[in-house]
Amino acid sequence: MNLVALIFIGVAVLFIIGIKFLSSPKTARYGNLIAAAGMIIAFFALHKGTGESVWTQGWSFNYTLIVIAIVLGLIAGAVGAYMVKMTAMPQMVALFNGLGGGAAALVASLEFNRGAGGLEPVAASITVPMLFATVIGSLSFAGSIIAYLKLEGKFEKPHTFPGQNFLNGLILLVILGLCGWLTINAVGGNALRGFIVLFVLALFFGVAMVMPIGGADMPVVISLLNSFTGLAVAADGFAINNLAMIVAGTLVGSSGTLLTLLMCRAMNRPVTNVLFGAFGSAGGSKAASGGVAGTVKPIQADEAALLLAYAQRVVVVPGYGMAVAQAQHQVRELSDELGKRGVEVQFAIHPVAGRMPGHMNVLLAEANVPYDQLIEMEQINPSMDRVDVCLVIGANDVVNPAAREEKTSPIYGMPIIEADRCKCTIVMKRSMAAGFAGIENLLFYKDNTRMLFGDAKASLNALIAAVKAN
Amino acid sequence: MDPNILFIFILAIFVGFEVISKVPSMLHTPLMSGTNAIHGIILFGGILVLADAGTRLEEALGFVAVIFGSANVFGGFMVTDRMLQMFKKKK
Repeated sequence: MNLVALIFIGVAVLFIIGIKFLSSPKTARYGNLIAAAGMIIAFFALHKGTGESVWTQGWSFNYTLIVIAIVLGLIAGAVGAYMVKMTAMPQMVALFNGLGGGAAALVASLEFNRGAGGLEPVAASITVPMLFATVIGSLSFAGSIIAYLKLEGKFEKPHTFPGQNFLNGLILLVILGLCGWLTINAVGGNALRGFIVLFVLALFFGVAMVMPIGGADMPVVISLLNSFTGLAVAADGFAINNLAMIVAGTLVGSSGTLLTLLMCRAMNRPVTNVLFGAFGSAGGSKAASGGVAGTVKPIQADEAALLLAYAQRVVVVPGYGMAVAQAQHQVRELSDELGKRGVEVQFAIHPVAGRMPGHMNVLLAEANVPYDQLIEMEQINPSMDRVDVCLVIGANDVVNPAAREEKTSPIYGMPIIEADRCKCTIVMKRSMAAGFAGIENLLFYKDNTRMLFGDAKASLNALIAAVKAN
Repeated sequence: MDPNILFIFILAIFVGFEVISKVPSMLHTPLMSGTNAIHGIILFGGILVLADAGTRLEEALGFVAVIFGSANVFGGFMVTDRMLQMFKKKK
């Protein structure tokens, strides 16, 4: 047993502890730092497949390139990580994941290119992981870029056409067939040409896979692509004989797969439904099937402020609209104002509110909302009928009673925050437009619901002023 | 292929599943982001292939791979830390 092997056992342990710590709120931040420490150690202990250290062989032009590339990546990563607004975090994760996938595909391509240029036939135990890393890596790259663009709002609606799943299946078959052929014929010019076709097809498949998926399901897709990239990295580890990459990639691949399933469970949707269902376009009736009963009743800020100021218990349900309007600080201010008047204020957090699980927690924490005021959906639902005023800020699908009442609704069965059971519900919204799932919200038509139209930030400022004046 | 490596691979699959079996939903995003940073270890793959690159094409592809990997690993850890910073402040 040599020193390098010992170091890499240590690194693997650091990664495992890191992921473990990341799954508990108290230790999460240390978990991230521990994993980062593991990465730094692995960097200095980096060795080639043949066993010699990368850092002790002579310096060459290639090393200058390595340093320049690392610095460029560091700058890009740091700018991305620190400049991005809190609301755009999910996109950033998607983008970084895509880059990782792209890197995995490129590493495998280089290795394949080298093998194809040689005279010796390459062993299948090397070629298969290389092809796997190429296909999954470029799929993850293209898919993540599309996910990024979707979350940036570049494609508003899911793109679907008849026979889409059939076409995707056909492409997948061609990819598999090509992989089989390349495994047997991995040397020579034809192999290289076939490989380029494979690369392009995998990129196209990544686009075709994510394009039809609606925005509400994007977190699940990013999580899935994240675990894909992990597997591609592990396959690269097999191809270039690097144990650290195998272990780290596999850990991410399997924990990412489980995380994807957990996310689907939080939305009460099977993962196949997410991937092939095209949420929000093909998902059954858009409006409630029997027509919507009731009328929309608008309310002005002054009246809403009165309701809030003289309530005993207020529950705020934040959603993506709050994130878009960057209104979390105003929400905190309003909550403080009400608190001063003796109103009990709580925040009801739906697990998938916003564009990512935990999105609301992060935003409200940024605005210094005390942790104990954030109540998870399961805890708050039983006491919802004792709430005087429920203030829904930019949330839509996560409070839609159709999930309970409308069997034909695409979101039927999804757990929701039961805002409709409160004595009075005020919904702050820009317009009557449907939510991300593209379906009508029955809550807006209930008798005890009032709509406060306008930009969330502006409306909240008006509410704060009016509460202060009372 | 070395059977030991396959053995480690299989074990890692199970460890990955077990280690996050109970995670509250509010940590889903940071956890995804943190594991996203860990697969940034692909940076090392990029370094290894670029170190041995012989042709201009290999250099160019390896160069891009290292940039991508580097952005993945640094950006990944930083963005995760920035998210988790928010969680800590509120105590």
